[in-house]
Amino acid sequence: MATSFTRMMSGRNTAVLLASLGAGTMATGYLMTDSNILSAEERRKLYPPSADYPDLRRHNNCMAHALTPAIYGKLRDKVTPNNWSLDQCIQTGVDNPGHPFIKTVGMVAGDEESYEVFADIFDPVIKDRHNGYDPKTMKHPTDLDAFKITNGMFDEKYVLSSRVRTGRSIRGLSLPPCCSRSERREVERVTVQALAGLKGDLAGRYYSLGDMTEKEQQQLIDEHFLFDKPVSPLLTSAFMARDWPDARGIWHNNEKTFLIWVNEEDHTRVISMEKGGNMKRVFERFCRGLQQVEKLIQERGWEFMWNERLGYILTCPSNLGTGLRAGVHIRLPNLSKDPRFGKILDNMRLQKRGTGGVDSATTGDTFDISNNDRLGKSEVELVQLLVDGVNYLIDCEKKLERGQDIKVPSPITQFRK
Amino acid sequence: MPFGNTHNVLKLKYASSEEYPDLSQHNNHMAKILTPAIYERLRSKQTPSGFTLDDVIQTGIDNPGHPFIMTVGCVAGDEETYEVFKELLDPIIEDRHGGYKPTDKHKTDLNPDNLKGGDDLDPNYVISSRVRTGRSIRGFCLPPHCSRGERRGVEKMSVEALDSLSGDLKGKYYALKNMTDAEQQQLIDDHFLFDKPVSPLLLASGMARDWPDGRGIWHNDTKTFLVWVNEEDHLRVISMQKGGNMKEVFNRFCTGLTKIETLFKDKGTSFMWNEHLGYVLTCPSNLGTGLRAGVHVKIPNMSKHAKFEEVLKRLRLQKRGTGGVDTAAVGGTFDISNADRLGFSEVELVQMVVDGVKLLVEMEKKLEKGQSIDDLMPAQK
Repeated sequence: MATSFTRMMSGRNTAVLLASLGAGTMATGYLMTDSNILSAEERRKLYPPSADYPDLRRHNNCMAHALTPAIYGKLRDKVTPNNWSLDQCIQTGVDNPGHPFIKTVGMVAGDEESYEVFADIFDPVIKDRHNGYDPKTMKHPTDLDAFKITNGMFDEKYVLSSRVRTGRSIRGLSLPPCCSRSERREVERVTVQALAGLKGDLAGRYYSLGDMTEKEQQQLIDEHFLFDKPVSPLLTSAFMARDWPDARGIWHNNEKTFLIWVNEEDHTRVISMEKGGNMKRVFERFCRGLQQVEKLIQERGWEFMWNERLGYILTCPSNLGTGLRAGVHIRLPNLSKDPRFGKILDNMRLQKRGTGGVDSATTGDTFDISNNDRLGKSEVELVQLLVDGVNYLIDCEKKLERGQDIKVPSPITQFRK
Repeated sequence: MPFGNTHNVLKLKYASSEEYPDLSQHNNHMAKILTPAIYERLRSKQTPSGFTLDDVIQTGIDNPGHPFIMTVGCVAGDEETYEVFKELLDPIIEDRHGGYKPTDKHKTDLNPDNLKGGDDLDPNYVISSRVRTGRSIRGFCLPPHCSRGERRGVEKMSVEALDSLSGDLKGKYYALKNMTDAEQQQLIDDHFLFDKPVSPLLLASGMARDWPDGRGIWHNDTKTFLVWVNEEDHLRVISMQKGGNMKEVFNRFCTGLTKIETLFKDKGTSFMWNEHLGYVLTCPSNLGTGLRAGVHVKIPNMSKHAKFEEVLKRLRLQKRGTGGVDTAAVGGTFDISNADRLGFSEVELVQMVVDGVKLLVEMEKKLEKGQSIDDLMPAQK
C-alpha cells in the first residue's frame, strides 16, 4: 500500500496511481524513481504474475490445459539467453482460443533453450500432444537408414503421390518467432550455401521469395511445392510472419523431387516427393539428402539443433522428435464412405487431411494420409508404420470393391517399452 | 511486452546493415523517412519500458502499403517513444501533418462556445454527426506494448471514472468478453462498436494481443456518448447523434471529455499530453487533437463531380465510406471529416467541418437543380 511517506518521497502522482490499482504491489524493496517513468523492471514488479495471467477460460489448446497460475508465476520473469520470454511462447495460444473439435498446441519455442528454460510448461504440453511421451524420463530414437523399409512400393491404381517431410533448425540462431532479420538472413545464407554443394540427382537451385515472379510463385503453389503466404492467425500471432518475404525462399533439385523451404514456420523444411507409389525411393532420397546437407553445414562449423530428450528441435512442439510427416495422396472411394474408416485410421496411428495440406478439405475421394506421431519413434519406424498402414488401406479398398468385408485392425502400441 | 524484438542487445552483435529492413517495395511514411544512418543511430536505444526501434517500425515493414494510400508505418509503445526516437518520428510527423515542425507548439481548445454555428446542418442531407478523439493514460504503456496487467489496469481505471458520470452522461460498461454475440452485432450495426482487429496494419503492431481481454465499450443510456477501451488506443471518446446538429455533438464531446479528465486527475493521473505534440496517442497520425469530426452526408451528385476531390482538398476535408476507414461509400452517402489532427485546435477543426459540410450541401443542392457550382468554389484553407 502506498503510504503518505512514499507519496511524499516520490512527490508524484505515481504513488496514488499505484495504490488505486489495488494490486497490492507496494511490496518491500520497491524503489520509487524520481519521475513518472517506470522502467521495464519496475513495471514487472508493479504487476505481479497474477495481474498478467491470461484469461484462458474459453480456450481449447494444449497450452491452455497445462498452464496454471503457479507455473506462470514461476516462469513469467525468466528469459532464455536470447531474451525470449514465456509470454512470447504462449502468445499464439492466448490469441487463438481454438475450436472445440480441434486441439492446437498453443505455444511455440523462440530458440533451443526455450524447451529448457520453460520446461515446466513445455513438458506437460509435449506429453499431452505426443500421447504420453515424458521428456523427463524418455529418450527419442533417431534412425535415418532408409534401406530398412520393407514393402514400400504402393499400388499406383490407388496411390497418386508419395511424400516425406521434416524440419531442421540451425543451432545458434533463434527460431522464426524470435529471430531478428539478420539471424533470418544468416539462416538463409547457411542453408543456401550448403545446398549449393549438392550434386547428381540432388543438384538444384534456390528461389528467394522476394525475387520470384508471381507466375513462378503460383506455379510452385499449384505443384504443391511452395508454402503459403502466412494468413493463419496461429502463425501470425506467433510473430513468424514478420518482415515477410525477407530471407524466405524455396530450393529444389532440378527434378523437383527434393525441396527445401527456408524460413517459413521453421528454419528449414525438407521435403522429398514424387508422383506415384514408390515411398521407399522417396524416403531413401530423403535420408540421403538430409545426411548430405548435414555434412555440408558441418563443414562450415554449423550443426542442427538436436538432443536425446527431444530429438530434432523445431518451432512447434508438435514437430519435435522426428518432425516427420510421411504421407500419400490416395484414392479410396469405397473405404472413405465406410463408417469404420476413421477408426481404422486411428488404430493404425494415421491421420487424414485434404489434398491442400493441413486444414484443407478433400477434393473428391482423394485423401492425404500420413502418420500421426512425431516423437518417441524413429524415422524408420514411422515410415514403416505409414507403409504398413497404407498397404492395409489399399487392401480394404480392394476388398470393398469385390464386395468383401473388411476388418478394423487392433490399435498399435504407443512407445516401445 | 513487444513481440519478438526483446533481444535488442543481442541483435547489436550483428552489423546495422545486416539488420536493416528491405523497404524497396514499400509506400508508407516510415519507409520514406528511414535511412540506414538513422537506423544505425537509433537501434541501440530503447524507452524505459523497453520499446525498441524495431518495435516502432515493425508494422511498416510488414505492410508495404499501396501506391495510392500512404499509411504511417510506425507506432508508439509508450509516451517516451516520441522522445527517444525523435530523430525518426519528427520527420514522419512533419510529413504526415502538413509541415508541422519539431519546434512548433500545438494549441488545445475544448471550449465549445468558441464554435460558431454548427447547429443547422440540413438534416435532409446530413444523416448523422460525430466527433471522436483518443486519450492515453499517463503511466501505462500503449496498446502495441502493454502487458495484460497494464491493459486491465487501464480498463479498471477507465471504467471507475466513467461509472461516476451522471446526468445525460450516465451510462454502462460492456466488456467485450462478456458481451453476447447478439449484443455485439447490434452495437456494430449501430456504428458504435469497434471491429475485431483483422487489419494487418493493426495486427502487425501487436495491438490485438490477448483479444478480447481488457477491451470493452462504455456508452451513456441515450447512446450519444461512447468510449472504446483498449482498441487502438487506451481510450477513444465519441460523441454522436442522428441529424446535423454538430454544435450539440461538440458540446457534449467537450463536456464529457473535460469531466473524464477531472476524474482521472482525482485518481492521481492524467492524460498523456505535451505542448509540442498535444495529446499523445499510439499512431503518429492521431497526435495533437486526435480529433476526427465528421458527418454522414448524402451527396450523390457532388461526389460524382469532377471537382469533388479538389473541393475536399481545399476545405481540408477527407472522405471515407460509411463503415469507417478503408470502407466504400454506399449509395452516394459519404463520411466527410477533417483531414488534419495536429497544428489546429479542436474548435478550429470542427469549425472547418461545419463550414465545409455546409458548403458541400449547398453545392449538392445546386447540382440537383442542374446549376453550376463554379462560383461556390472555396479558397484553399
